[in-house]
Amino acid sequence: MSINKRRKMVEATEIIKIYGSFRALDRVSLDIYDGEKVVIIGPSGSGKSTLLRSINRLEEIDRGTILVDGMDLYDPKTDITKVREEVGMVFQSFNLFPHKTVLENLTLAQTVVRKRSKRDAEERAMVLLEKVGLVAKAKAYPANLSGGQQQRVAIARSLAMDPKLMLFDEPTSALDPEMIGEVLDVMKDLAKDGMTMAVVTHEMGFAREVADRVIFMDAGRIVEEGTPEHFFTAPNHERAKLFLSQIL
Amino acid sequence: MTTEAKKQIIDVGDGAAIPRKSDRGLFTAWRIAFFGAIGTLTYLAYTKPDPYLNILKFVPDGIMVTFQVTLGAIVLAIVLGLITGLGRISKNRLFNGAASLYVEIIRGIPLLVQIFYIYYALGRIVKVPAILSAIIAMAVCYGAYMGEVVRAGIESIAKGQREAALSLGMNGRQTMIHVILPQAVKVILPPVGNEFIALLKDSSLVSIIAVADLLRRGREFASESFTYFETYTVIALIYLIITLFFSKIIGVMEERVSVNK
Repeated sequence: MSINKRRKMVEATEIIKIYGSFRALDRVSLDIYDGEKVVIIGPSGSGKSTLLRSINRLEEIDRGTILVDGMDLYDPKTDITKVREEVGMVFQSFNLFPHKTVLENLTLAQTVVRKRSKRDAEERAMVLLEKVGLVAKAKAYPANLSGGQQQRVAIARSLAMDPKLMLFDEPTSALDPEMIGEVLDVMKDLAKDGMTMAVVTHEMGFAREVADRVIFMDAGRIVEEGTPEHFFTAPNHERAKLFLSQIL
Repeated sequence: MTTEAKKQIIDVGDGAAIPRKSDRGLFTAWRIAFFGAIGTLTYLAYTKPDPYLNILKFVPDGIMVTFQVTLGAIVLAIVLGLITGLGRISKNRLFNGAASLYVEIIRGIPLLVQIFYIYYALGRIVKVPAILSAIIAMAVCYGAYMGEVVRAGIESIAKGQREAALSLGMNGRQTMIHVILPQAVKVILPPVGNEFIALLKDSSLVSIIAVADLLRRGREFASESFTYFETYTVIALIYLIITLFFSKIIGVMEERVSVNK
């Protein structure tokens, strides 16, 4: 689980995102290295989800540049679907395809986008379901799974594309408390396997344990950035101190 | 537990009253109307075979034509509606503009005028049988309404579904085909059933352009035998029976779909 400092998976420079007259992102720059785990925290409305969603261009930025694995998202020559193939994303609301079984959820993009055979896709899917502990649910529909199970399937669905980078947008915020642990465990395993991860979360325990770097955002800006030890024990910024005193 | 957006029910409001179990009043009314209509027809034909039985013998050809027009038009209208619905949500300005213009124009012209217009306009270019021109006219009209149903159905699918598909590297077309449309179909089905029944009733308008549908056959019989009241009584009862029959079938289909969700 070493970080390769010579390879930047994400290189965002001076990005600005404006909703009407509101600056959701105000000149944010962020590099994420190969193998690095970055946890983004901050109060709601601070722009952390917007930042994450701009990395695979689900959110269009108004100014600045974003490179993902060297590909410029806003270069007209860049095929955005090619970038997204390499970037997995896990949503707060799971967003599993309700009309497809768990197995089909995992094989759809593999066959349609990666052009794998049905057999190969299913083989890969079963390996990942094993990993998230849901082999028994392969034939079930999402509606028959608990929230925690759905989110584990959603993670497996993203991993089935063999992404180079995984984005997590508040993956446990919609879960009942007793299900948060099982999802975090899957994410911790993934971190151990060396996956490059950017995680927006309110789970401070997870940030402390897994993050190589913690980023604190407020009002569309990155106001504090550093190792978990530094951030949780001696933050410089007043806003970060206040946030920590409220949440811990 | 999932935060999936609630599926909205599209109710276009025309068509027929679909008897649902949840609506006791309508459910009972359906039985009374349906069996009452069949009973009345049987009674009339049995007690006064002249003219009632004669009318009943004369009109079946017309019923077949009515079905042909309705079925042909609904299939074409669904295809047109799908294209129009996709056009209405398309980012391509030409496609979107064309679809929107089509909807606006069609909704602003009465169906009866459209039927006349298409019949005579087509007649100037090619020789087509009246029934074909009737089917086209009905389909062009209903395609515009169907387009709005399709658009609403697609828009009712939660935004997260599209985002999930895109984030997996699927392009817009793949997302539509594999993720959005299969889910939208379930939402679209009930209003399409409604449109089907509305179309069935409106198909009586084609009798005006020499298509020998149920109403036209009735008129032919009435004008020869001067039994206007009796004939139109039978015609009305037959339409009622057919419409109620299909609204029942659609009601049952709807329940099946909602169970399978």
